[in-house]
Amino acid sequence: MAATLFEKLWREHLVESSADGEDLIYIDRIFLHERTGSIALSSLQADGRKVFCPEHVFCVMDHIVDTYPDRTDDTTMPSGRDFIVATRKGATEAGLTLFDLDDPRQGIVHVVSPEQGIVQPGLTLVCPDSHTCTQGALGALAWGIGSSEAEHALVTKTLRVKRPGTMRVRFEGELAPGVTAKDMILHLIGRYGAAGAAGCALEFAGSAVEALDIEARMTLCNMAVEFSAFTGLIAPDSKTIDYLRGRPYAPVGEQWALAEAHWRTLVSDPDAIFDRELVVDCGELEPQVTWGTSPQHAAAVTARVPGPRGDSAADRLELERALAYIGLAEGAALQGTAIDCAFIGSCTNARISDLRLAADVLRGNKVSAGVRAICVPGSMQVKAQAEAEGLDKVFTDAGFEWRSSGCSMCFYAGGEHFGERQRVISTTNRNFESRQGPQTRTHLASPATVAASAIAGAIVDPRDYLPGGNR
Amino acid sequence: MEKFEQHRGVAAPILRPNVDTDAIIPSREMKRVSKLGLGDGLFAGWRYREIGGRDVNPDFVLNKPEYAGASILLSGPNFGCGSSREHAVWALKEFGIRAVIAPGFGAIFANNCIRNGLLPLVLDEEAVAAIAAWVEQAPQDRQPLIDLPAQVVEADGVRYSFEIDAGDKRMLVEGLDAIALTQTHWSVIEQFHAARKERYPWVY
Ligand code: SF4
Repeated sequence: MAATLFEKLWREHLVESSADGEDLIYIDRIFLHERTGSIALSSLQADGRKVFCPEHVFCVMDHIVDTYPDRTDDTTMPSGRDFIVATRKGATEAGLTLFDLDDPRQGIVHVVSPEQGIVQPGLTLVCPDSHTCTQGALGALAWGIGSSEAEHALVTKTLRVKRPGTMRVRFEGELAPGVTAKDMILHLIGRYGAAGAAGCALEFAGSAVEALDIEARMTLCNMAVEFSAFTGLIAPDSKTIDYLRGRPYAPVGEQWALAEAHWRTLVSDPDAIFDRELVVDCGELEPQVTWGTSPQHAAAVTARVPGPRGDSAADRLELERALAYIGLAEGAALQGTAIDCAFIGSCTNARISDLRLAADVLRGNKVSAGVRAICVPGSMQVKAQAEAEGLDKVFTDAGFEWRSSGCSMCFYAGGEHFGERQRVISTTNRNFESRQGPQTRTHLASPATVAASAIAGAIVDPRDYLPGGNR
Repeated sequence: MEKFEQHRGVAAPILRPNVDTDAIIPSREMKRVSKLGLGDGLFAGWRYREIGGRDVNPDFVLNKPEYAGASILLSGPNFGCGSSREHAVWALKEFGIRAVIAPGFGAIFANNCIRNGLLPLVLDEEAVAAIAAWVEQAPQDRQPLIDLPAQVVEADGVRYSFEIDAGDKRMLVEGLDAIALTQTHWSVIEQFHAARKERYPWVY
């Protein structure tokens, strides 16, 4: 029978179905980070439970580590040290692979895992972190879980999961120059709402997705969770296979040949049926930016702040709350909104291609006076690569701070932050209230839009600032 | 784990959509490597006047005397969306919340609830609004009754049926520990593990 990619992956990992609607799903890889992994590991120890297959469990320090040079276990976040120390102790005692603070492979979990070839097509991978869906871009079934579920996966190598529905979004047509995967996903969520894919495993397909490189596909899948999907997923193709070849944890020799043959079968059959399907035409797509406090508050950068989503009193109230927080008026032009800070970082948009794109905009330009601009590469390897290409110089010459890797100010954990009511244009994935600091106002956008806005000191259309643009 | 069968309690409405886990427990309130000590930080951004402070905001529903002892929340669609932090559930539980009634939940959040004995109860938007309107007149006297085995909420003399997966219901009603439960299937897991190793050797 014809099957979707998701159904194939599910079938391969189904240990047992139970009468009460939950499937027992086999888990191939587990990733932990110090923010949530620390609790799972210490709780496991307290209960006297052991990790089954520690060789399949990886652990990284990324969430609350500092990104200043010469960082140590002492973080700007009060008590951050406790999380780092507990994670190191738990990981070491359980025999897990740890990418510690000073490891050249350290970085944001969802950047490190593909970079090291740990996530591969056809694997199930879980992490107590909602953006684990990023890794579905390689054709793996990867999703975010809670700490208790992480303990369950560590001890039993399985999870009890309700089988999600299936949904496919086909992005067709060609992206215009200066329009990126970030704009595709922001547009999708803006148009169909933050709950648009609730209860579904979401496959991205179509000619525009096929045309994306693997890193951009990760950006797309990264925000599947902002669309309420169980996970995001893209069928592996030759680009995926080329991307993985030679990575440290990728199979080699005869094993590689076996793996590749299997990976090539991991596609949705042509006549497979999805529970829901959407088609988005990318030809007309413009760079997007958010104007409120939910990723569904996204619009073209050339647009104005829209009215309420529907006619109900609740819709009006939601709009008013968002606008009161963000400090914009209904009908105001988004372009020209003055910003205080610009942030390039996070598991959404801090891989090497993102940094190259931003550097294309920044080269020979200066960040507008009074704007604080920061670039935090997604991993130490991305950082090293960027430095080898001289991109760090482009950033610092323009006036950006150039940091070591970590989640940094993608979220506020009590340490470093952007400050009250500061308006930040950011390549991250969440514009929730106080996400980047107390009362900080976040506008989500692509690396090109963030870089261009940093130069202008206000939200602008990046197409004018790219090489050959009409500024 | 604490069992959930019948529960009657004060219900507090926070009728907005997309209440995310950053709002339920801000990251800055997660100070220790522990599941405990989080109740105080529940909804900190709304409950207190200042970020990081403890000066109570009297306008926030859970701070109003008529909602004292609230153990049920009424909210809008997509409650618990966003970050996977289980701290959101631990904070709700420690504060004394036993159930959240909303038209829909973030998927990871809902799973986390089940694992911790908290009931994520789905009713449509009109039903939630009707219960909230009834409760608001006299929150201490008008307490909804949740009957999980019967899958009914009783409020204002109306019985609202709700759906819940059989597995989730059983976990909650019997107060089961998921790991212990799965371990009773250990031989099946080991067999699967061995067969998978044989068939997909490059994974191992
Ligand atoms: S970069 Fe941000 S979104 Fe990504 S894992 Fe870190 S905190 Fe989460």
